[in-house]
Amino acid sequence: MKHKTWCVFLSLLPLAASAQPMPRYHWQNFTTADGLPDNRVFSVAVDGARIWAGTENGLGLYENGKWKVFRPADGLAHRAVTYVAVDKTTHDVWAATMGGLSRYSAGRFDTYTQLNSGLSNDVVYGVGVQGDYVWAATAAGASRLNTRTGEWSLFNERNTPMYEIWTYAVSPGTSKVYYAVWGAGVLEYDVKTERWKDYNDPDGETEMVLFKDQGLIHEITTSVSWMEKEKILWVATYFGASRYDGRNWHNFMQKDSGLPSDFMNQVKGVDGNRAWFSTDKGLAYYDGENWAVYRPSLQTGKPEMLVRDAQGKVTQVETDTAPAHNYTFGVDFQGNDIWVATAKGLSHGIRIQEEVSRNVTRRNDR
Amino acid sequence: MSLPHIFLFILLFAGTLSAAPPHYPSPIELAVSPDGARLLVLCEGTDELTVIDAHTGKIAGRVQVGRVPKGLWLSGRYAYVANSWSDTVSVVDTDTLQVTRTLKTGFEPNAVVTDRASATIYTANRIGNDISVIDQASGVETRRLAAGRGASYLTPTPDGQSLYCTHIYPNIGLHRAPPESEITVVDAEHQIVRERQPLHNVAGVFHVAFSSDGRLGLACQLRPKNLVPLAHVEHGWVFGDSLTLFGADVGEPVQVLIDELEHYYTMPFGVVVAPDKSVAYISTTGANSVTVIDIRRLLEFVRAASPRQRRALANDLSASAHFVAARIPVGRAPKGIALSPDGALLYVANRLDDTVSVIDTATRKVVRTIELGGPAELTPQRRGEQLFFDARFAFHNGFSCANCHLESTFDGLQWDLEPDGFGIDIVDNRLLEDIDGTEPFKWNGGNPDLETECGPRTEKYFYRSQSYSREELGDLVSYIKSMPLRPNRYRLPNGDLTAAQERGKDIFERTRRKDGTPIPESNQCGFCHSGRHYTNQKQVDVGSGKWSDRSPIIDVPQLTNIALTAPYLHDGSARSLEEIWTVFNPKDTHGVTNDLVKDELNDLIEYLKTL
Repeated sequence: MKHKTWCVFLSLLPLAASAQPMPRYHWQNFTTADGLPDNRVFSVAVDGARIWAGTENGLGLYENGKWKVFRPADGLAHRAVTYVAVDKTTHDVWAATMGGLSRYSAGRFDTYTQLNSGLSNDVVYGVGVQGDYVWAATAAGASRLNTRTGEWSLFNERNTPMYEIWTYAVSPGTSKVYYAVWGAGVLEYDVKTERWKDYNDPDGETEMVLFKDQGLIHEITTSVSWMEKEKILWVATYFGASRYDGRNWHNFMQKDSGLPSDFMNQVKGVDGNRAWFSTDKGLAYYDGENWAVYRPSLQTGKPEMLVRDAQGKVTQVETDTAPAHNYTFGVDFQGNDIWVATAKGLSHGIRIQEEVSRNVTRRNDR
Repeated sequence: MSLPHIFLFILLFAGTLSAAPPHYPSPIELAVSPDGARLLVLCEGTDELTVIDAHTGKIAGRVQVGRVPKGLWLSGRYAYVANSWSDTVSVVDTDTLQVTRTLKTGFEPNAVVTDRASATIYTANRIGNDISVIDQASGVETRRLAAGRGASYLTPTPDGQSLYCTHIYPNIGLHRAPPESEITVVDAEHQIVRERQPLHNVAGVFHVAFSSDGRLGLACQLRPKNLVPLAHVEHGWVFGDSLTLFGADVGEPVQVLIDELEHYYTMPFGVVVAPDKSVAYISTTGANSVTVIDIRRLLEFVRAASPRQRRALANDLSASAHFVAARIPVGRAPKGIALSPDGALLYVANRLDDTVSVIDTATRKVVRTIELGGPAELTPQRRGEQLFFDARFAFHNGFSCANCHLESTFDGLQWDLEPDGFGIDIVDNRLLEDIDGTEPFKWNGGNPDLETECGPRTEKYFYRSQSYSREELGDLVSYIKSMPLRPNRYRLPNGDLTAAQERGKDIFERTRRKDGTPIPESNQCGFCHSGRHYTNQKQVDVGSGKWSDRSPIIDVPQLTNIALTAPYLHDGSARSLEEIWTVFNPKDTHGVTNDLVKDELNDLIEYLKTL
């Protein structure tokens, strides 16, 4: 009853969002029934027409309508693949796993572990490629591999301001490299000066900001996304999200934004103003002013798309499909399409052009 | 300066000149101009590209290039030379005979090619295990592609769409597992690695050639039998000299031996296919000959075989009788080969007598031998080098020193050398460069000098023959002692150490643990690994002995250029430098390392790579 009332209320709202049509998608979902290695998908990476899925039980490659599965027997470091990154230059694929770091290159796996290489720890949560360097986020700090010389450089509490060493994600750029350090905020590496700087709770006591936009929203960070062109940093935490322009922080929470939850597994920026947030209660998109949420309804499980405009007014947009699950781990982009890693499969959001604006216009006409 | 002083100076100068070792051209690769008028010969011994008038056989000019050039490619009027010790490519204008550009590459480029438009240059980097992709216009390396281990040779397909990269060393694999190599196939349009064709039981892969229709590819390679004791020389269980055939003509790749039941044709290196696809020519370095393959008979033979029979061909010494058309004797240690555009003449670079053999392909006879102008006198070192590469001393001409010490280095394999039964005393192959002064030899230190190692030891356990005369042995040892150490790539250009390497040096030289307690002198890195070669030439037990070793006492190895020679430890059980300590040093018996954090171990390794 409560849900019905909420829906009626939403449908009666005037839609300010009509000025900013939000992207609408037809969602195609993949599960193990389609050949996906496992339904729990931690990461997705797009490489042209090839889609890589890091799952709890193997690495999946979707190509030409078919899934190919890689597991430790094929050379993968561990079956649990926590993150996948593509080297856009060579098209080699780097897989962060719970048992080391693997590179897949044209059919061959090379695996780096704490025993056979300079990698700091076998529990690897994130990986990113920038030029000749591969940056890994591990449970024992950051590791950097120079792929030309084979040199490993480790960054941890001994040579950076990292007072926790549980690095969770990395976003490397040409000028800066950012790490999300679980419990220690954000670390910034300046490529030119080779110096590290940390961003934490401004008062240094409570792990979180006391006032909105005071600083990084919380020290338990899970993801960073550096927009090199605009010099904007997006940060996801378990307690909200932050945007940093190098001078000012802007924070987002469920209570004061269109975020469906403060609990976030990933943020991925489109540019300095737009970003996607993978939360436990759906996938959210922010265009700098308006918000959209895509998910199976938390109450009914039916497909749902909610739009929140800049004034905070929320409306429901008709949709007949939704991502595979509301618990989302991450996204990647394929042109206008989006791929979403969820706890119950991998979703392909096929962009519906112009549909939203027409739909919203029709609703306003009523 | 007074007259006597001038006279003395001249005498001293002349003395200096006479003391300098002579440089032999040592032709390694060659190419023929599109009109067939000129022959370009790359001479690694004199760092020259030699241009020869193909009609007269006269030398038309010489161009000085970088150090130890190994790879040659001709595109239009420009020749591209891969300078393996300079880490550069020289671009040579063959009209003016001038080096017009010198471009940086990865570590130790061994081969160079361009794409069809000559817009992109590719080099195969042996130490880097990768492929440099260089933009011709800017001269800048735009990307580095991961190849296999010891990337050394590059061949474009006839349509120019792909490049095939082969490797002198197998990829690092599991200990005591069959060697696995690969052909790395590069998509020339997108400049990415498109696929990797596995080569099972193969290590030491040299040139590839394609038929002009692109339907048949041939890769020259060695098939080592390193998992069985070397006692089985008489069974043919040491090396097979073979080809991998691939492409539409054969379907699934198939390996065939070019050896015979009682005669081996060792080290197939260069390969070319006649324009009409009738025959393929293969230079066999250790046999001082060229093998001629009848392609029609070869394809008929392979196609007639069942899948099971095809697999068996890899070890079938009788197979070659079906498709080998001729063996043509040439000069010493033939390497690169090339055909004239009409296929009428075959040119062969004879590396160790500084000549080029010109073969009339119709009569299959050498019709001319072109002298490259090397010193007339052979030094003991040069004579020793000829012996090192010559397989005639081994039973059935099965192999030479250079089979395991590929191009005088190593092979990345572990061998069961002693006739003491299966799997006892497995030993990792070692680099030979700069080993004078590191005696005794063998991993157990059992050979007091190279004369013992290369003489009776080689005769009894390796060659199963009487092997060398006293003079020959002296020459061979003289050559081995003269092998220079290649440049170290891991130091800064000015020779200094990086900050990480400096920290590693401190760890290498430390005398106390991090808690301040002293490290016994005998367990300090610098105690055993001391001196110019980082060995005290003693034998010690560092706890790395295995159940398969008769004794845990191991000769302290030299560490020079240690970065190149994975795997490590006496039996090759450590796949990386890290594993020496992360896996095989649990009780701090091989130096004290268990008080180090991972950062510090990384620093130590960075330092070791500079030695």
